Amino acid sequence: MSRAELTEPPAQAAKPAPGTRTPTPLWTLGLLRNELGTTLRRWRTIALLGVLAAVPVLVGIAVKIETSDGSSAGGGGGEGPAFIAQITNNGLFLVFTALAATLPFFLPMAVGVVAGDAIAGEANAGTLRYLLVAPAGRTRLLITKYATTLAFCVIATLVVATSALIVGALLFPLGELTTISGTRISFGEGLGRALLIALAVAASLIGIAALGLFVSTLTNSGIAAMATTVGLLITVQILDQIPQLHAIQPYFFSHYWLSFADLMRDPVYWDDLIRNLQLQGLYAAVFGAAAWARFTAKDITA
Amino acid sequence: MAPYESDDNTNEDLRTGRRKAARYVVPVAVLGVAAATIGLVPAFAGSGDPDLPDITAQQLIEKIAASDVQQLSGTVKISTDLGLPNLGGLENSLGGGMGGGGDDSGSSADPSSKLLELASGTHTLRVASDGEDKQKLSLLDKAAEYSVIHNGDEVWAYDSASNEAYHMKDSSGAAEKGTKGKADDVPATPGELAEEALKAADDTTSVTVDGTAQVAGRDAYKLLIKPKASGSTVGAISIAVDSKTGLPLKFTLTPASGGAAVIDAGFTKVDFSKPAASTFDFSPPKGTKVTEGDEAKAEGKADRAQPKGGEDLGEEFQGLNVIGEGWSSIAQFDTGGEGMPSESSGAGDAGRFLDSLGDHVTGKFGSGTVFSTRLVNALITDDGKVYAGAVTKDALVKAANAAK
Repeated sequence: MSRAELTEPPAQAAKPAPGTRTPTPLWTLGLLRNELGTTLRRWRTIALLGVLAAVPVLVGIAVKIETSDGSSAGGGGGEGPAFIAQITNNGLFLVFTALAATLPFFLPMAVGVVAGDAIAGEANAGTLRYLLVAPAGRTRLLITKYATTLAFCVIATLVVATSALIVGALLFPLGELTTISGTRISFGEGLGRALLIALAVAASLIGIAALGLFVSTLTNSGIAAMATTVGLLITVQILDQIPQLHAIQPYFFSHYWLSFADLMRDPVYWDDLIRNLQLQGLYAAVFGAAAWARFTAKDITA
Repeated sequence: MAPYESDDNTNEDLRTGRRKAARYVVPVAVLGVAAATIGLVPAFAGSGDPDLPDITAQQLIEKIAASDVQQLSGTVKISTDLGLPNLGGLENSLGGGMGGGGDDSGSSADPSSKLLELASGTHTLRVASDGEDKQKLSLLDKAAEYSVIHNGDEVWAYDSASNEAYHMKDSSGAAEKGTKGKADDVPATPGELAEEALKAADDTTSVTVDGTAQVAGRDAYKLLIKPKASGSTVGAISIAVDSKTGLPLKFTLTPASGGAAVIDAGFTKVDFSKPAASTFDFSPPKGTKVTEGDEAKAEGKADRAQPKGGEDLGEEFQGLNVIGEGWSSIAQFDTGGEGMPSESSGAGDAGRFLDSLGDHVTGKFGSGTVFSTRLVNALITDDGKVYAGAVTKDALVKAANAAK
């Protein structure tokens, strides 16, 4: 495709013959539905979700075995993922522990794979130009791809949470639970907070999803995009541990990830949660705009 | 589509290129707006000191003394920067040892084992109080929380990270030990810090009202406490006092050497309404390891054994002298020993290591090593005398010379 196409098709897409081809919102949803279906039907995606679902099972069984002789989990010294010591009190805590265990790496890695694959994977398979032949426009395709990635964030988080809830209910007692502030809340409210926490975790992944999408527009190789995104994730996680960098750490997308635990305080401590959402929004805006700038101005050669 | 293009498309090329580049303005602009917001909003938020009627320092101190806030809940941010190296685990074990409550039993919920955590870094605390017999203090950790709850005649401490609780019955002032005692050991809230500072205020101190400020969304007067005499490492102490309730809201201690505050504790949020009753309810969840205060009493025996050791130590110290008064007072004691092994005294590597931590000084008193933090300096002479205080290095040397 030539450069001339760059300037003309957007004009065509923006001004179709009146009355004949106005894309309805439903049509956009159709594209989104299509994308979601394609993404979720991939073996790769199913395998990723399977691994995510297995983590709570492993954690649950490990804690059950370790505490079967009456000792407390995590050696009693507060080691291990957050909330692990409370799992024996209440199975619902397995949800929080599983999310705390998967959030630093498993979840963002899965999101990085899906986001990195979004554009570059299509380009790699040679299907991107066919997607663009449809009068969808590049901007709308990009938005749909991002929406699909975000939907995957929510689905992946819910898979972990649901799996953890089932395992927790099977292996440990349920009922009233104690917040980390020491106050008690009913099981119903606990479930509500678990859902909120799952949403907070899913929202924590907005930043890396946007970053992955941007990387995906830079290259035509799906593997390269996934590797770059996951590599960036690991780099940032390591940099976040270096005390000398504390001045810039608040701007790393992973810095406030553990803030979801603040939802288990009573009253809820909102400061870091809000900061996390703002930061994720900023990443989405900056890298989303960068992805748009790159993708709409890019020569599609494959 | 290439065949339809004209051959002469350099002009078009240029325009397309420019249009492509123009798109990147969007993310850059978003980033710029965000950076501007992050950079400028705090600068604007800090301006606008409230207009309050004039007040004298004496009136303000009386206001603090008369302050009787029974019901409040709030968030306190406390930053300490003593210039100590980050000791991490060592600090924790030290805290357990100093508490004397016997950390050996392994209950991380024991209040004393948490105290020294506050001595370095930045921490967020939550306080809630409802009258005399209901208080709660929580130390917010990453994904965990440590709470001390005083409700009626019961005192609970709960550490969510290790899922351990510590329980004491409030008889013979055990509660005092649990909550107020804790507060006394390490003053954490701005009010307690202010009390400590005002205790120290006497002739050697100048106390002035230094304008107004807005703290935690409330109008406050700023009380400035400065040592009159030179030689102290304490530059100034600034206390922000709530104009309505007289409650100290913010406490800042700046060193004379300048730089960041050594202690900076202030409310980031404060609410004077009655906290929910459930805040002070605590019963240990199933599976929580509970250490009873009675056990702690048994450990108290071991505790009682400790002062003996302390006495022995005291004998070795041969008494403690305080030189000077007020801010520039220096504690002096004699270890009776050979002093610190230093390179000159031929102790080899250990001495060299200790020397590297401090500065070697000489004077009429002989020679010794000065160990400094940003607030407290200590001089250990080679003949085993120790001079320590919140004073400068020169003042320590002068005191040592004078004592000779």
